[in-house]
Amino acid sequence: MADCNQTLRDLQRYLDHELPSGAKRLVDNHLGECLDCLHAFDFEAELKGVIAAKARTVAVPEGLLARIEMCFGVEADDILGG
Amino acid sequence: MAPGPSTRFGTMADRATFATDAMGFMPQLFATAVRMTRNQADAEDLVQETYLKAYRSYHTFQEGSNLRAWLFRILTNTYINLYRARQRQPDLTDIDDIEDLYLYRRLGGIEAALASRSAEDTLMDLFSEAEVSEAIENLPENFRLPVLLADVEEFSYKEIAEMLEIPIGTVMSRLHRGRKALQRQLYDFAKRRGLVDESVLAPQ
Repeated sequence: MADCNQTLRDLQRYLDHELPSGAKRLVDNHLGECLDCLHAFDFEAELKGVIAAKARTVAVPEGLLARIEMCFGVEADDILGG
Repeated sequence: MAPGPSTRFGTMADRATFATDAMGFMPQLFATAVRMTRNQADAEDLVQETYLKAYRSYHTFQEGSNLRAWLFRILTNTYINLYRARQRQPDLTDIDDIEDLYLYRRLGGIEAALASRSAEDTLMDLFSEAEVSEAIENLPENFRLPVLLADVEEFSYKEIAEMLEIPIGTVMSRLHRGRKALQRQLYDFAKRRGLVDESVLAPQ
């Protein structure tokens, strides 16, 4: 079975869903038996969710959509006219 | 309906459909642009420039491939080319002094204590949107982009490597270091608000 050090080394790739299935199985086995590592993984997973949720909310300024669509219009006219 | 007039860029009907599809991703692109530039006005210009480039080069977009990843790649390239040169790189040397599980070692216990006080007190309530945003925006640029693209936009290492034009191993190490720096920043916020009593923390 993988030890704590190896498991923690794989934490990032595990949480990012980038760990190959064999290595992931080893981590899962270890987490099933080691409460310390399980708590650390839970904390990191929760933190990742918090960061995603809190950083994603930005209000799009009024007028930006129209500004971009106007650019598209000018571009289309240029291509048709040219 | 007959296709629109044909040009060397394809038909106008295709371009209109493309523009409509692409505009659906604007809130995500704008949010990322704000974190990249740390400035609303620059973020607006960056997003506009991104869409203009996408519109002009949409004929290079492969039908059926990932439109969102393609747009983010243009956004990232545009940002790097237009803005990065302007910004001074902060000193990065002390990031390697931050140990792994930095925040967990300090706040893991606090979270449990808060949770027992009220079911609503979780890690989600510990930090405000403003604090998380500031922590990300304060990251040195080399780390800010991978953290944004992985943690906020949830792109794969491979997609991030392609966007930033760096090897996957570099993506992983920058993410690792960037997340540690982010955790230290969040911890400083918690400390400033008096959430942390350092005297009760276990010695490191």
